[in-house]
Amino acid sequence: MGWEMLKEEDKIFTNLYNQHGWTIQDSFKRKDWSNTREIISKGKDWIINEIKLSELRGRGGAGFPTGVKWSFAPKKLGSRPHYLVINADESEPGTCKDRDILRFEPQKLIEGCLIASYAVSAHVCYIYIRGEYIKEGQRLQEAIDQAYEKNLIGKNACNSGWDLDIYIHYGAGAYICGEETALLESLEGNKGMPRLKPPFPALVGLYGCPTIVNNVETVAVVPTILRRGGKWFSSLGRPKNTGTKIFCISGNVNTPCNVEEEMGVPLKHLIEKHAGGVIGGWKNLQAVIPGGSSMPLIPKDMCETIKMDFDSLVAAKSGLGTAGIVVINKDQDIIKCMARIAKFYKHESCGQCTPCREGVGWMWRILERTARGEATKDDINLLSDVTKQIEGHTICAFGEGSAWPVQGLLRHFRKEIDKRCFSEPTYKKKRKIPYLVDQHLLDRKDA
Amino acid sequence: MSIKKVHDQQPESFEFSKENLEVANNILKKYPSNNKKSAVMPLLYLAQKQHSNWIPLAALKYIGKFLSMPYINVYEIATFYTMYNLAPVGKYFVQVCTTSPCLLRGAGEIVKSCQNKISKNQNEISKNGMCSWTEVECLGACVNAPMMQVNDSYYEDLSKSNADKIIDSFLVDKPDKPGSSRNRKNTAPEGNKINGMGNA
Ligand SMILES: Cc1cc2nc3c(=O)[nH]c(=O)nc-3n(C[C@H](O)[C@H](O)[C@H](O)COP(=O)(O)O)c2cc1C
Ligand code: SF4
Ligand code: FES
Repeated sequence: MGWEMLKEEDKIFTNLYNQHGWTIQDSFKRKDWSNTREIISKGKDWIINEIKLSELRGRGGAGFPTGVKWSFAPKKLGSRPHYLVINADESEPGTCKDRDILRFEPQKLIEGCLIASYAVSAHVCYIYIRGEYIKEGQRLQEAIDQAYEKNLIGKNACNSGWDLDIYIHYGAGAYICGEETALLESLEGNKGMPRLKPPFPALVGLYGCPTIVNNVETVAVVPTILRRGGKWFSSLGRPKNTGTKIFCISGNVNTPCNVEEEMGVPLKHLIEKHAGGVIGGWKNLQAVIPGGSSMPLIPKDMCETIKMDFDSLVAAKSGLGTAGIVVINKDQDIIKCMARIAKFYKHESCGQCTPCREGVGWMWRILERTARGEATKDDINLLSDVTKQIEGHTICAFGEGSAWPVQGLLRHFRKEIDKRCFSEPTYKKKRKIPYLVDQHLLDRKDA
Repeated sequence: MSIKKVHDQQPESFEFSKENLEVANNILKKYPSNNKKSAVMPLLYLAQKQHSNWIPLAALKYIGKFLSMPYINVYEIATFYTMYNLAPVGKYFVQVCTTSPCLLRGAGEIVKSCQNKISKNQNEISKNGMCSWTEVECLGACVNAPMMQVNDSYYEDLSKSNADKIIDSFLVDKPDKPGSSRNRKNTAPEGNKINGMGNA
């Protein structure tokens, strides 16, 4: 396939599977904290510039350039404190990479927190972990305690002259709290409902103060970038899509796994070389969701050549998202699979915006009855219409995240849907029915 | 958002135990002194832990007073987030992930095991009082699918037969050890050679 595996010496997360131990002693051997003080002594501008040079893009889903985000924080600490908030909410179906960092490479994250906090002038950092990651949170707390003990964080952290406190805050089972402003609401003790932007958190964030929100993986790669140089990171991958990335490969493959690879790695390489191939062979492949459940699926013929990076996937009308790859083979009912994803969104909508709150239920019900073969000829257009009414009409990107996968299904599996949407719509059955009701609700008790 | 049943039998009152009061005061120190409300989520967890894994209404009132916030706001939080139980659950609370990546690898079979062994319906406590189960959304362990969470631990890489066995172990109050049910090394690709650990 003409693709060389990422060289061992270019891997950042060398303890991804806990081959070498997670304690602070083990991580010193991996060079964590080896020259943090020296890095910080080079100053904020140098750090931010080096991260810009590396072209690192956020690993939480949106792919926003990290150096640019950091430069949005006010240069000088004013009367209000600044905050760094780490997004460890990891709830996008298909994604489980931050979990491995939290439990096996916690010092990379903690060191990253110190450097990032210094760069954006924060003395307090909150790590918001999804509530289900109880064990991972306990492990991270142990690692934080070890770092405090060695004075790597706390007062005059690493002898750098900078003070930093790190606190863990558990979520409680709400996907929407991964959205950065919902996360801040949740941290403030409210329901996790996203805020209208602008203002952006960099200026008005936690408790109304300047706040930088970053994903776990984004911050955990920062120390290695600064140690080896932005140029080294940008030499990996492709322009604007640089560095390495943890990919999670789940679904119908022989050996599902997490693996760190170079950006731009061919999808086929990931599936065949790392995940042991599709169950039933490549010819048995049906479709792949390339970036967590919010990203539209791509059909088999595109999987042949597609490269896994932000821009290549956007060109294919999908996205890298969180790099959670879900492989679906031909033994599966693709519509049932997408109906289950629609149900996920129905369950997780925060309910603030009408198009989202109502639309996700419509999409789920239509897909469910399509899967059962009970949909009508009109339903397919209705489904497409609902996705358009959600997209672009909501407070947060959850709207797009719920509509895009359905649009992807319509784009690539229209024939499959058509086959199952054949009955006449209820209004043609000449029954008296009220206006503006999802008509199938009249026919079913459990809808 | 979640639909929640509030238990019909409620205790008269609730207060933190002496140890937990100390824990609660330490939690408050994590947040700025004029933003005490931030502690509402950790305090709800604390109450849940103290009160055999479910939160009575009296505890919501108590936490409201503790943080000087209106009862209704605490109630809102407790109902918005799925992980707060407002009605009793089994000593072993089994949460089966049924989102697509787990479904593709047989989560349906795990649900059947729960129905056969624990109780026909979700959120119903088993006859011997040990277990209850529910379906949940993605738990963030998709490459170890299908999987379930039981109390604080993840049980991963399940199959129909070992799910039956693991559930039996809860029913007799002798829980199997958590993690991969076939001793797989975390999220490593099985059979591949991995630097530092030989074959995964
Ligand atoms: C519905 C929704 C859910 C999200 N969930 C997560 C998540 O679980 N983890 C995460 O890091 N980012 C998540 N994000 C993205 C965050 O809003 C934010 O962009 C990210 O944390 C920024 O970090 P980064 O720049 O390092 O990627 C989510 C966004 C949306 C719209
Ligand atoms: S788009 Fe959906 S999840 Fe986002 S704020 Fe609106 S209702 Fe809430
Ligand atoms: S889908 Fe089950 S853990 Fe992610």
